Amino acid sequence: MSGDGKYFSTTKKGEIHELKEELRVLDKSRRKDAVKKVIAAMTVGKDVSPIFPDVVNCMQTDDLELKKLVYLYLINYAKSQPDLAIMAVNTFVKDSQDPNPLIRALAVRTMGCIRVDKITEYLCDPLQRCLKDDDPYVRKTAAVCVAKLYDINPELVEDRGFLDLLKDLLADSNPMVVANAVAALADIRETSTQDLLVLTNQSLFKLLRALNECTEWGQVYILDAIAKMQIKEAKDAESIVERVVPRLQHANSAVVLSAVKVVLLQLPLIADEAATKALIKKLGPPLVTLLSEEAEVQYVALRNINLIVQKHPEVLSHEIKVFFCKYNDPIYVKLEKLDIMIALANERNIDQVLLELKEYATEVDVDFVRKAVRAIGRCAVTLERAAERCINVLLELIKQKVNYVVQEAVVVIKDIFRRYPNRYESIIATLCDSLDSLDEPEARASMVWIIGEYAERIDNADELLESFLEAFPEENAAVQLQLVTAAVKLFLKNPQPRAQQMIQLVLTYATQETDNPDLRDRAYVYWRLLSSDPEAARAVVLAEKPVISQGTATMDPQLLATLLGNLSTLSSVYHLPPSSFVTRAVHTPAPSLDNGALLRERTATDDGAGSSAGVSDGAPSPAATAAPQQSSSLIGDLLDLDISDPPPAPAAAAPPPPSVDELVEVVNAQSGKGLAIKAGFSRENNGPVFLLQLANGTQQSLDGFMLQFNKNTHGIAPTSQVVSVPPLGPGETAGASVPLTVNPALINPAANPNVIQVAIRNNQQGVLYFTSACKPEILTAPAPSATPLDDFFGL
Amino acid sequence: MKGDILIQRTYRDDVERNLASTFRTHILNSREVDNIANLTPVRVLGSCSFMYMRHGDVYILGVTKSNANVMMAFEFMTNVVTLCKAYFGGECSEQSIKNNFVLIYELLDEIMDFGYPQIVDPSILKQYIFQKGFITEAAKAKRDVEAQNATLQVTGAVGWRTDNIKYKKNEVFLDIVEQVNMLMSSKGTVLRCDVNGKIVMKVFLSGMPDVKLGLNESLEDVTFHQCVNLGKFNTEKVVSFVPPDGEFELMKYRCQEGISLPFLVTPLISELGRTRMQVNVKVKAGFGSKDFALNVVITIPVPDTTAKAEIQTDIGKAKYDSKKHALVWKIKRFNGGGATDHKLAANVELIATTRDKKAWSRPPISMNFQVPMYSASGLRVSYLKVWEKSSYKVEKWVRKVCKSGDYSIRT
Repeated sequence: MSGDGKYFSTTKKGEIHELKEELRVLDKSRRKDAVKKVIAAMTVGKDVSPIFPDVVNCMQTDDLELKKLVYLYLINYAKSQPDLAIMAVNTFVKDSQDPNPLIRALAVRTMGCIRVDKITEYLCDPLQRCLKDDDPYVRKTAAVCVAKLYDINPELVEDRGFLDLLKDLLADSNPMVVANAVAALADIRETSTQDLLVLTNQSLFKLLRALNECTEWGQVYILDAIAKMQIKEAKDAESIVERVVPRLQHANSAVVLSAVKVVLLQLPLIADEAATKALIKKLGPPLVTLLSEEAEVQYVALRNINLIVQKHPEVLSHEIKVFFCKYNDPIYVKLEKLDIMIALANERNIDQVLLELKEYATEVDVDFVRKAVRAIGRCAVTLERAAERCINVLLELIKQKVNYVVQEAVVVIKDIFRRYPNRYESIIATLCDSLDSLDEPEARASMVWIIGEYAERIDNADELLESFLEAFPEENAAVQLQLVTAAVKLFLKNPQPRAQQMIQLVLTYATQETDNPDLRDRAYVYWRLLSSDPEAARAVVLAEKPVISQGTATMDPQLLATLLGNLSTLSSVYHLPPSSFVTRAVHTPAPSLDNGALLRERTATDDGAGSSAGVSDGAPSPAATAAPQQSSSLIGDLLDLDISDPPPAPAAAAPPPPSVDELVEVVNAQSGKGLAIKAGFSRENNGPVFLLQLANGTQQSLDGFMLQFNKNTHGIAPTSQVVSVPPLGPGETAGASVPLTVNPALINPAANPNVIQVAIRNNQQGVLYFTSACKPEILTAPAPSATPLDDFFGL
Repeated sequence: MKGDILIQRTYRDDVERNLASTFRTHILNSREVDNIANLTPVRVLGSCSFMYMRHGDVYILGVTKSNANVMMAFEFMTNVVTLCKAYFGGECSEQSIKNNFVLIYELLDEIMDFGYPQIVDPSILKQYIFQKGFITEAAKAKRDVEAQNATLQVTGAVGWRTDNIKYKKNEVFLDIVEQVNMLMSSKGTVLRCDVNGKIVMKVFLSGMPDVKLGLNESLEDVTFHQCVNLGKFNTEKVVSFVPPDGEFELMKYRCQEGISLPFLVTPLISELGRTRMQVNVKVKAGFGSKDFALNVVITIPVPDTTAKAEIQTDIGKAKYDSKKHALVWKIKRFNGGGATDHKLAANVELIATTRDKKAWSRPPISMNFQVPMYSASGLRVSYLKVWEKSSYKVEKWVRKVCKSGDYSIRT
């Protein structure tokens, strides 16, 4: 055939009118061509709803292809023309009694997709008939249709007893009907309060029997349904496992992964230890096989394997080699493989792992290289006997002098020092050689910590610290905090005049000239300690630190259990419980907020008490706990707005001032070169948002605000980088709410969980950096837990 | 490729229709990474989850609001591609989709209902969805009967085969296709090595045949086509099935133990100062003198700053490919046997740069080849039996081929 491409070619004016004419001709094939043109126009996004009656007129036909096209049109436009849609009802009802089962099925299937009340009313009778149709193809279609109807009108489904009919289909003789009935019941259960898949011995047995015979997709529905059942008896668990284990060899990756899920969930019920071991052994190869599929499938598999090995490392403990990265793997696959390599590393395979990691550390992709270096550090912290080998690898890497490798290495070496105090300090000299190349805050802060901690062993510790102190006011807050502590440590360990001079300088600056309350408070504490009781200061500052525990990110066991129950679903890929991202149950269209809706009156910006958002140092700072909570009042204000109005001019006719005091000043007019920023996290319209208040204290108008988050423990990021504020004239203030999203790719488990590093730019001033306190509650559910490594600094 | 919708079908009412623009702005035009192939293929944007994969010039995107089974979504998308290829002569591209959009809408309606995949197997769908619909009145009565048969067929336990197939000559072709993946360190130790194999069959048999396949090794890590009786394989270790008609992939397997490597490569790459490099590569066949390899290509990466290379080889042809930044050595036929190794020696001249401080990352050497009638895993067919009630004579053909997968050698 020459192709349907030609139907896309008409784009001229008056097309709709022409189509109307063509739909009215008597010649069948010309009419069909016209309908094809209509569908082509619909596909490219043109509105062809005005010719609704003419298209529906073509519905009564013996040409199945034409009928299907008209049905497709109906699915798309019936909602916009509910009154006219009723025209179609007669044909639907007639078709649902057609001798051809394909047409009967087509009629119910399509009717279920049309969400117009008048059509739904007429759907019930045909549906009732079709659920009991002689033909399995019609029954399997009707089963799904019950779920569709429930989505539109749950009461109707219950009143007409469709749920019972659907449950009856679980015992159908045809496996595909059973599978679709299971899928439909599971779908309904998502939004219903009653548990529709209550297990009886009989129903379980029926499902297991259908499992052997139905299509691959049907197997997935049944397996997923079994995974959701509350199995309590060991006997049941055993018969499930017996039937499900052969599924591990299915060619369909989804069948395999759902089978793995079901088997894992039964494990606790199986008392026989040998049987459990044998089962665990059987799970490894199928999981590995998933890694020879497409990259996307590999990615899903790896995210799932990550969860599985946290609970059962023995499943894959002998397979670490398959997680070695291939040179051509996409970067997202490589990063996941690295995580699993760390999880599976042990004293037996560490040499091999280290060789690999060292190889990765010389690759091109910066993120991957950094993660490889971090991985070496993780291995050192976790595997005591391998620590020295890890350090040697790190030293070799440092000597290659690739800037970001050195920085990353310094950060992990600090962790290693904390884990194994007084063991590897001989390498400090090598670290000091690369001092000049450190320009990232985290690396600088780590280096300063090392210098302060080991001041007595570094001959020129004072010189080194002085070199950092030269630029103290411009340093990042994290580095400033470390510098204060390091200076105090140096002084206490070696109270000579130079150190004294240094400490006075630092403390004076930190108490008098900074706006960062964390820094100020810490400096005051030191100052008072030192001036009142130097011995007490010594006891506090130089106290022995508790040895840190394992460095691997461990997930909250409860969250892990939830995620393991959701293997193969999106939840297992995000590593978030379904409740944190599923919004399906509540579907009320929220008014979209336009640009002007968030304008706010200028409010006095003052560095008042408590309005702090410093970098917290391990334990949550007061700022973090005082961070904006669910600002319900704010949401209320927003929804009261009449959003149909054009956006008001800045600073004029603004809505009542929202509770900006809940926002915390993150950049003051001084550090922001005239721009003061208050910020905080909250929730709006059932999703996390980042609230901003921008006060322009400069003499010029500022525009083009854009926002970006650094990778963080929660993987939170703005959905769009653009901050919706109008150009901000001198002296004006505006607020904005930036919707946030969670992206697993942006998770950095090693980041401080209490703050998010933010960069904001505008066309006039360039980029400003700040940190904002963030509580994971804004994501409504516990986020992946942070690593204890974050608690490193401080006293 | 630009993010325009080729074809879209909304199966549930809860997702909005203007998702293409969201996809375009946030994924296709994302500035987060320089190459979108590096973006994770599952992500949340707003209240929806986006899952996508690319096939040639087409993106296949799935969007959901619920906690969907994402593995199933990707598996479904792969199946959609296979389906389009089966219907449109092996092609799934922008052009073939535009040319067949009516049929694709019809297929989309059939293969998924309310977000649940239904019948996606092309051999089954072809029994009742045709390239051209029936029109004539005369065909109508006949069609109803056929439809009835089709629906019983496709929902039945052996949905992949109809019972009215007839061939004059009954034949079975069985191909063992293996892909060897290997990663060798620069010192010559094998870091990782595995074989991904599959058995592809072409079955031209009449009636409803039962086929049994015996293999010499008991494979641990194996997956089967839906026609295979998995329970029987678990208990009796016999692959037993009622085959679909025509070509299909019977099974896939993977093994890591007892692999005979088809090639060993010894590289020696020395950087002589900043403007010169010496490359020596030796390749040796691991198979016997009866066997031979075809279309051997060895790709040896060199730095981006390469100006030219003088290459000498004792077999085949080699040249510097400035686009790939690599020396490409092609050998049409490589004979086996212990004594045969072949060498390449090259002098590479580099342009001196002052800027680039970072050392060259030395990507691995990669190798492509095909070795006919060779199995790296040692898998053999010990028997292939066909039973059918009319007990006809069957001609059986077994072939083997070993191909390179990711075969690389670090330098």
